[in-house]
Amino acid sequence: MEGIVGYGAHIPRHRIKVEEIAKVWGADAPSYKRGLQLREKSVPPPDVDTITLSVEAAKRALKRAGVDGAQLGAVYIGSESHPYAVKPSGTVVAEALGAVPDCHCADYEFACKAGSEAMFVAMGLVKAGYIDYGLAIGGDTSQGAPSDALEYSASAGAAAFIMGRENLVAEIEYSNSYMTDTPDFWRREHEFYPQHAGRYTGEPAYFKHVTGAAKALLKKAGAEPGDFQYCVFHQPNGKFPMRAAKMLGFTKEQNLTGWLAPTLGNTYSGASPIGLTAILDVAKPGDRIFMVSYGSGSGSDGFIWKCADRLAEVQNLVATTRTLLDERLTYVDYGTYAKYRRKILKNY
Amino acid sequence: MFPARYAREMPHRYRLEAHKCKQCGKVFVPRREICDKCGATEFEVIRLSDRVKLVTYTIIHTPASQFKDQSPYALGICEFPEGVRLTAQVVDIDFADLKTGMDLQVEFRRIQTDGHEGILSYGYKFVPVI
Repeated sequence: MEGIVGYGAHIPRHRIKVEEIAKVWGADAPSYKRGLQLREKSVPPPDVDTITLSVEAAKRALKRAGVDGAQLGAVYIGSESHPYAVKPSGTVVAEALGAVPDCHCADYEFACKAGSEAMFVAMGLVKAGYIDYGLAIGGDTSQGAPSDALEYSASAGAAAFIMGRENLVAEIEYSNSYMTDTPDFWRREHEFYPQHAGRYTGEPAYFKHVTGAAKALLKKAGAEPGDFQYCVFHQPNGKFPMRAAKMLGFTKEQNLTGWLAPTLGNTYSGASPIGLTAILDVAKPGDRIFMVSYGSGSGSDGFIWKCADRLAEVQNLVATTRTLLDERLTYVDYGTYAKYRRKILKNY
Repeated sequence: MFPARYAREMPHRYRLEAHKCKQCGKVFVPRREICDKCGATEFEVIRLSDRVKLVTYTIIHTPASQFKDQSPYALGICEFPEGVRLTAQVVDIDFADLKTGMDLQVEFRRIQTDGHEGILSYGYKFVPVI
């Protein structure tokens, strides 16, 4: 039996409200809040990046797993904001956790599903018996161009999962992947910000792949939406995952616990993985969780998790995801946000 | 920062590794070859706790050039349960909330960036407990 042995999240404490961004660009904040179902988003200060978020999330995961970094056979980080263009994020994270040198390490990229890719591969290696424990992380300090719709959602956060075979907190029952070549969102080399295809990012991209993966996964498992206590989907905004859940037959109640976008924003590769951590924080042994990620380009990974008895023992060993999301927040104005996100050109 | 020097400092900057004297138990960060308390030369590697107490602090308004964009910032000396004191930035806190004796925790952060082309340096900073 394989699954998650430990999990953890990390979210910066800084937030910016939709009104603060809209004010600068002359946009109508209420319509953005209503249309995207977003109220605020996390903001990484200058000393926080995908590597630092990954390390902190992984430390929480290791503590919940009761595993030492040296026991990790693989360290995989999925992100579209790796701090270096050439040099792995994973080596820094592995070194910080004490996982070096006997460890396989790779950085993954697949827009917003890079995190679930890392989970998929780490789980596969554990299942194959190549490693005892694999660390999979999804995290981003997402980019959104000034004044673009993405600027209201692009945020920061990471989730980490230790995959293993013993002392599980959640067993994996089924997984699948669904992908096509769909040019809905991209960032060319040397460009600061991604571009997107507007409305094309909806039906032919997000909804096609999320519902396609979900339906295939339900069929594979011989299950129906009512068989699950929780569901979590990729959340580029607050609206899309709620609509996807409804299209598939899940209820709002099943989707609420992992639906973090309204106050977290879109953490790209961290989005559905962080949502999963919020569910694991409150789920009970025996509960089943339905998860589908989405990455532009495009593809979705689906997982069905069944919570194990040990989950209750580890939920409060470290800060929960809701604690990280809701407590000790610092709200910043647009000027501070622009400085933190290096949007100010110092041409001297 | 020169990459070779940075790499040498990874054990204590990344993992809070310390050397504990096998004879008298004194803990050192970074490592030492000879214990300054008892003169012994054998040490075991330990990892420091991630909870600390703020011993003292100051606010830096005129920083070194590589920290210019971060000013003003708080610089604190914190004591670990193992007896070691380390200096680092205290972040994610209003200056008015800083109090000597307060509990803080260690967090992995980017410390400095070597221009547009150099390496990124990581290490520890102190943050409020959550």
